[in-house]
Amino acid sequence: MSNPLAANPYSLKWLGHFFSSSLGRKLIMSLTGLFLCLFLFIHMTGNLQLLKSDGGRAFNEYAYFMTHFGPIKIVSYVTYFFILLHAIDGIGLALKNRQARPVKYAANPKGSSWASRNMAVLGTIILVFLVIHLKQFWFEYKFGTSVPSVTYDGTEYKNLYAVVVEAFSQWWYVLLYLASLVALSYHLIHGFQSAFQTLGINHKKYTPIIKALGWIFSIGVPLGFALQPLYLFFNAQ
Amino acid sequence: MKFTLKVWRQKNAKDTGQFETYNISEVENEMSFLEMMDVLNQQLIKEKKDPVAFDHDCREGICGMCSMVINGHPHGHQKATTTCQLHMRSFKDGDTIVIEPWRAKAFPILRDLAVDRSALDNIIQAGGYVSVNTGSAPEANAVPVPQDMAEKAMDAAECIGCGACVAACKNSSAMLFLSAKVSHLALLPQGQPERKKRVISMMKAHDEAGFGSCTNTGACEAYCPKGISITNIARLNREFLSAALTSEYEL
Ligand code: HEM
Ligand code: SF4
Ligand code: FES
Repeated sequence: MSNPLAANPYSLKWLGHFFSSSLGRKLIMSLTGLFLCLFLFIHMTGNLQLLKSDGGRAFNEYAYFMTHFGPIKIVSYVTYFFILLHAIDGIGLALKNRQARPVKYAANPKGSSWASRNMAVLGTIILVFLVIHLKQFWFEYKFGTSVPSVTYDGTEYKNLYAVVVEAFSQWWYVLLYLASLVALSYHLIHGFQSAFQTLGINHKKYTPIIKALGWIFSIGVPLGFALQPLYLFFNAQ
Repeated sequence: MKFTLKVWRQKNAKDTGQFETYNISEVENEMSFLEMMDVLNQQLIKEKKDPVAFDHDCREGICGMCSMVINGHPHGHQKATTTCQLHMRSFKDGDTIVIEPWRAKAFPILRDLAVDRSALDNIIQAGGYVSVNTGSAPEANAVPVPQDMAEKAMDAAECIGCGACVAACKNSSAMLFLSAKVSHLALLPQGQPERKKRVISMMKAHDEAGFGSCTNTGACEAYCPKGISITNIARLNREFLSAALTSEYEL
């Protein structure tokens, strides 16, 4: 009896096979997706400081903390990596799934929600938005020269608040944000509960809770984000 | 009743195929959809044309052979019904009906509406069985099976392997079928010895056949003639993840 395990009992080949199996790739989507949900929640609540009427001090100090505190810097690099992984795996899966039906139907079957059928399109809108968004704020803050500075108690801070207020004084910029948030909302309406199903969590006791949380999250978080450009736009008028 | 039928005609797997339009009358409202197709074929034969090839066998909703996408609905618009159990009275007189085959890379078209569903058989052959020595029947009470587990296993075992889940899925994924087969055995004591190996081998056969992956849209469940629930897909995911991560079987 030849036992391949006897020669070399240890092997990591399975990892490659696992993460290229249809479910392994979905596991990546699910875990990165849920991580990004957590990120969104923190990002949204943190940015609510834009609504304070303190001339942007709390927001600027918060932005400084988020970009200079070691552990948070590590988490932010993990976040960039997960966004890329989620986007690449997601688009890859979507293309592969399209190839599984080379000849299309004259009349397409339904029986599923619009959001669930358009995850890749919605995701791509989010991705395009992220590029614009990161260029405007993150890139300028870290590497740009256009951000003015401001001094609080003798310490100099970059005045990101001023950049944000300036950006959201333009109506088309506000509209771009709102449109992207609608796409995000639909992505989450399907994605949030879908991620649990992927993990195998579909249970009489927990699924109703997950579905309710999913609705609250996928409408609440984009709404919280939407408040910020709207508030700044109408406050500036 | 009278109908205008737009039927997919394709000579073989290599042919590109196209829709042909036929007008048909003398359809009784108590006829099944397949009997209506028989009427059409009679008419075509009389006109010395090729009859439409379509799969069917039991015509009582248990074999899973009948396979037609009717106006965009696998097995027609009626819930939990196979094509053979669909009746013409659920259509309106004068309707135009579009009839297409199951469309998926893993289901090559043999002719017209008949597709090759061997890929599903290959998944079963990869592990959808229990290895037991045949002989005299074992004592029925020797293996206790809890009632609720038996019910769930029976629900999963209702899958007739028709492939409507694949036809309905935007990804042509066969996860509902696979999940029914895996669940059916994973829930019963008899399925335990090969439980982990089974799910790994069957998942591999699924992926290799060219089916897509699941995006949890739920279209499969909506069109399954046997009401197989996607809770089975969640179970399949648990089974696969735990087998892949904890057993020593090759993936
Ligand atoms: C911060 C933003 C995002 C969040 C919170 C998010 C969240 C999620 C979640 C929770 C899922 C469900 C995973 C599952 O079904 O197991 C998902 C699926 C998906 N996401 Fe995202 N996503 C985001 C951005 C993106 C981007 C930028 C893309 C890129 C194109 C993308 C493409 C997809 C695709 C294609 C799916 C479906 C995957 C499948 O079921 O096969 N998402 N997303
Ligand atoms: S799960 Fe339902 S739709 Fe899919 S093969 Fe089985 S019976 Fe047909
Ligand atoms: S012909 Fe057997 S199920 Fe329809």
